[in-house]
Amino acid sequence: MSALDKYIVTDHDVLVIGAGGAGLRAAIEASGHGARTAVICKSLLGKAHTVMAEGGMAAAMGNVDDRDNWEVHFSDTMRGGGYLNNATMAEHHAREAPARVRELEAWGAVFDRTKDGKILQRNFGGHRYPRLAHVGDRTGLEMIRTLQDHGVHQGLDIFMEMTVVALLTNAGRVVGALGYDRERGRMRVWRAGAVVLATGGIGKAFRITSNSWEYTGDGQSLAYHAGAALMDMEFVQFHPTGMVWPPSVRGILVTEGVRGEGGVLRNSEGRRFMFDDIPELYKNQVAKDEEEGWRYVCGDKHAQRPPELLTRDHVARCINREIKAGRGSPHGGVFLDIGWIKEKLPNAREHIKKKLPSMYHQFMQLAGVDITTEAMEVGPTTHYVMGGVRVDGDTQMSNVPGLFAAGEVAAGLHGANRLGGNSLSDLIVFGQRAGEHAAKFAKSAPNREVDLAQVEAETRRALESFDRPNGENPYAIQHDLQDTMQDLVGIVRTQSEMELALEKIAALNARAAKAGVAGHREYNPGWHTAIDLRNLLTVSEAVTRCAIERKESRGAQFREDFPNKSDECSKYNNVVRKAADGSMILERQPIPALRADLKAIIEKMK
Amino acid sequence: MSSAPAGTTSTETRIMNFRVWRGDANGGAFVEYSVEVTPGMVVLDCIHKIQAEQAQDLACRWNCKAGKCGSCSAEINGKPSLMCMTRMDTLPKDETVMVEPMQAFPILRDLVTDVSWNYEVKKKIKPFKPRAPDNADGTWTTYQVDVERAQEFRKCIECFLCQDVCHVLRDHHKHDEFIGPRFLVFTAALEMNPLDTEDRIADLKKRDGIGYCNIGKCCTKVCPEHITITDNAIIPLKERVVDEFYDPITRLFRMFKG
Repeated sequence: MSALDKYIVTDHDVLVIGAGGAGLRAAIEASGHGARTAVICKSLLGKAHTVMAEGGMAAAMGNVDDRDNWEVHFSDTMRGGGYLNNATMAEHHAREAPARVRELEAWGAVFDRTKDGKILQRNFGGHRYPRLAHVGDRTGLEMIRTLQDHGVHQGLDIFMEMTVVALLTNAGRVVGALGYDRERGRMRVWRAGAVVLATGGIGKAFRITSNSWEYTGDGQSLAYHAGAALMDMEFVQFHPTGMVWPPSVRGILVTEGVRGEGGVLRNSEGRRFMFDDIPELYKNQVAKDEEEGWRYVCGDKHAQRPPELLTRDHVARCINREIKAGRGSPHGGVFLDIGWIKEKLPNAREHIKKKLPSMYHQFMQLAGVDITTEAMEVGPTTHYVMGGVRVDGDTQMSNVPGLFAAGEVAAGLHGANRLGGNSLSDLIVFGQRAGEHAAKFAKSAPNREVDLAQVEAETRRALESFDRPNGENPYAIQHDLQDTMQDLVGIVRTQSEMELALEKIAALNARAAKAGVAGHREYNPGWHTAIDLRNLLTVSEAVTRCAIERKESRGAQFREDFPNKSDECSKYNNVVRKAADGSMILERQPIPALRADLKAIIEKMK
Repeated sequence: MSSAPAGTTSTETRIMNFRVWRGDANGGAFVEYSVEVTPGMVVLDCIHKIQAEQAQDLACRWNCKAGKCGSCSAEINGKPSLMCMTRMDTLPKDETVMVEPMQAFPILRDLVTDVSWNYEVKKKIKPFKPRAPDNADGTWTTYQVDVERAQEFRKCIECFLCQDVCHVLRDHHKHDEFIGPRFLVFTAALEMNPLDTEDRIADLKKRDGIGYCNIGKCCTKVCPEHITITDNAIIPLKERVVDEFYDPITRLFRMFKG
């Protein structure tokens, strides 16, 4: 192994890639099981995308409405996911989320409180009862800071501002990772008995997104190239409410909490258009009129939810329809109005600033809009990918031994569409499970020898763009990919456009192979962008192939050429893998029959 | 930097000149760029435009671009600010925009500084230690009014602008003796958490150098989260230190107790 001298090599039992909620929770758990645990993050610790989560974490604690329990949460999650979810994961999630939330409190999180001194819970789309534990509209910050401050005292080795470029395998098992530090560009090898991917999503494959620069599909792509299967990649969630103006902030998230607190959607004619189209699955769960909807927001247990609190896929499509029909706002969105509640509440202005402080500042500072008196302009923005690495529902291990995934990078919990608030709870429930099982796996994996030839080949690939200082600008290729995905594989899809997208992705792959970077390896964002390209192109191809294969509309996938659900398509998940010749192959993975007791729960809750 | 009122977003596109500091620990200089600025753009957009079109290797940290992660801290026309929340139309229209890295930390490259000292300081502060749960199911009963003060401090996004502007760190380089406003706020959040039972008062006086703060309030002025750092966090902590160490009756008790 002397040839590894060129690399900085470190040894660990469990290596966690990503330091958002899932990664930190996994690391804390693995460390608690006695594993020497390392965490790698692309940013500084505490800056991961989890900080942007606003509304809350879903957990059926029943603090606000005691009719809530895990069975209701389970059936809400399955209904929201179009029944393509991994039911085992949906069950674990619904059962374990309350304990994981309480654990955060024991570690220092300071949640908003009910009048009787419990953790407060709020309404959110698709959740039957108020279920989201929250801190104003900055719940993600509270989660990440709590895990970070607890985690640094658990003996974790933390590697900040480092990027992984390949997973290392030996005899089909994962034995570590290869990457570099952004500060100096030095190549590093982490040897480990097990690896947990917790790298988040793929939003940067699209032009309009609420996601940060980190969301370049690294984990999905690393897993895929290491032989893991990706599942449900066609399901990309377009959050209904992103900012649309000014142009430079287009896509920034406007929390669903605005609607949870009583915000309503109107078109240019002033009409609450969400009342015009109620999906069959929810027809018994929606308010008859505006008055009943407001009573629901105020906590009336006999009232049904306003239609603004239907699932995100549906709300996003309704907004899209209004805009396309010419009933949009001046800058191509629709109006989201929370200020109207002053008709109902004497202290509405203070109430809004207290419940939605970040939204108030975001609009005031970036758009010059006072949300307590003016309506916001909002439109759909790429927000989340339900698909990802296919994992075992109990252990979170992929089909590659030793490779685990948790949080957004993993598939299964959310099926065809994720409910708001189910992401933060996903992170802590499955972060905990992945950490535990990775630690156990690592104990039985003493051989961690890396393959030098693989290390050297991957290093050459990572550095090759420096050989072409006059090659094409990687930023230009990234922008063209984002346009392709936004325009051809976006919120409304058709066969011909997606086939065109596949051609374009192939051409972009060819251009990426000739991309060049100038300068040197120290903190060079051009180089980092060149490396991101392979990940973005891999996940874009997976999204497009799966979306073409699924000839129906379900959850987040809307096909103009197949506008209805199909029974046939309800029986499988799409799975892609890398074939021996390097091409992407797609298979249909049959969905196992639902356990009888879970089936009975779903029937009971209909 | 003038703080033009919100609600005035200009509609014109114009060319603006930038001077961006470029270099590393061995030194550097301002480099000029000009950028086409469209309505609503923030300083970070301009830096990205420079990266994409003129200087691929211009180093800057950023992440959420929505004022929530605290990564893109820099000094804009001399004022410590988040680049993502500084709108171009709040800056003087006909003047060159100066962008430099934070001055209180060592330079890595261009706009990126080495903020690792902050992580080391934080790790030394005694962690949260809750009292035993109030209820049989392992939960606590606390009321909104009891948690509000700690919640104010927990809004902190760790941009370290308060550290950057603090003269004790920026001008006097007392990094070994003073933890800075960020970690006084952090300590205050722990001390004022109704569940916490740990005592950090002696550390504040002896190790953390709270006495260095002379209440200049520069930190409060630059805080993008509008945390009332000096009045709500530092002054109450100073009062606790005084009560513990300088109150004559407590001192007398300590003498007898040895």
